[in-house]
Amino acid sequence: MNLCYQCGTCTGSCPSGRLTAFRTRQIIRRAQLGLKDEILPAEELWLCTTCYSCVERCPRQVEITDILFILRNMATRAGYMSEQHKKIGENMLRIGSTIPFGEDVKKLRVKMGLPENPPTTVGDKKAMDDFRKIMEECGFDKIIKGGK
Amino acid sequence: MANKFALFIGCVAPLRYPGIELATREVFKAMNVELVELQGAGCCPAPGVIRSFDQSTWLALAARNLALAEKQGVDIMTICNGCFGSLFEANHVLQHHPEKLKEVNQILGKVGMRYSGGIKVRHFADVLYHDIGLEQIKKHVKNPLNYNVAVHYGCHFLKPAKLKNLDDPERPKLLDELVEVTGVKSINFRDKMMCCGAGGGVRSKSSATALKMTEEKLKNIKTVNGQMIIDVCPFCHLQYDRSQKDLPGFDIPVIHLSQLYGMAFGLPRESLGLEAHEVKFNF
Repeated sequence: MNLCYQCGTCTGSCPSGRLTAFRTRQIIRRAQLGLKDEILPAEELWLCTTCYSCVERCPRQVEITDILFILRNMATRAGYMSEQHKKIGENMLRIGSTIPFGEDVKKLRVKMGLPENPPTTVGDKKAMDDFRKIMEECGFDKIIKGGK
Repeated sequence: MANKFALFIGCVAPLRYPGIELATREVFKAMNVELVELQGAGCCPAPGVIRSFDQSTWLALAARNLALAEKQGVDIMTICNGCFGSLFEANHVLQHHPEKLKEVNQILGKVGMRYSGGIKVRHFADVLYHDIGLEQIKKHVKNPLNYNVAVHYGCHFLKPAKLKNLDDPERPKLLDELVEVTGVKSINFRDKMMCCGAGGGVRSKSSATALKMTEEKLKNIKTVNGQMIIDVCPFCHLQYDRSQKDLPGFDIPVIHLSQLYGMAFGLPRESLGLEAHEVKFNF
């Protein structure tokens, strides 16, 4: 992170920054200066799509997306997790998937000749129990409840 | 060439667009590549959200999926950029950092599993291009297609290129060549390599921003009269397809590469699952 000399190639390459107040260069600068209180509560932290365009173009080869993941992990632990993201976490604990599974798709699967439930945690109880156990071992259930 | 892979179907394909799952199974069967079932696999887990929330959970859940394939002694093949991104990068971490592998195995041990770092993670388009090859694919095209298509590489297929090393991340040709064997023409358009807007938890938390990015892409594709979008990721697929509910007037069908091959190989229409698509397409 300290390799960054603030050229702004990242901001110039960012598809999200083109449309929003998200400024990659600014986040890296703030991280260099240890300005946690400015970074972690900011909504902009969650506007990166993790497209890696900045990483590909960075002349100092700073692992910008990896830094962003660390900052987002810190923000999550500090309680800055949106309701929408908590819901994704809850889906994970329930069926081992980020998205819910609806009746209409079940019907379509059967009509197409596929099994109603895919051969994943969605339709395999033992696998789902193992999957959930791993999440609990990592404290994931507590992390998503701790968000505000 | 490897002719056997563990098929990692992920979440969005089986739970939203089952045609992508079935077309993949049928297309690879037609080419004599065996896809074994990865029974009990879970979410990859999604790189933009779960990795953003907690990297330890992300790594442990990815390791569980990798261990399932390792037990069967086969490499994983994904049909989604997100699954590819997570599983490939988690595998890279585990293969290069013994202390992380040890930590993860302590967790996997609680459910009687273990990973030793012994398998590779592949993207299906990489398998098609580098293992099977354009010449071989061409032999299966029974129903040549004639459209101007806009290809969407997505982000986590080629990037970070330093790790994946599949093609030039700024000016790739792999996917353009893969679609053109079916007879279609891959057209150029402004910001072709730009993200669809969905990743990184942006679709779920800031859907208006995601939609704006998608609208940009759709406008650029419409400008050059693209007749369909071809993707290699069910999540980009969902973003392009479902966004058109909120963005009327584009009417650009969104087709996963496996479905395009399904059409070109002459598979029955029912196995393509096109009725799950928001934007209807009759070929």
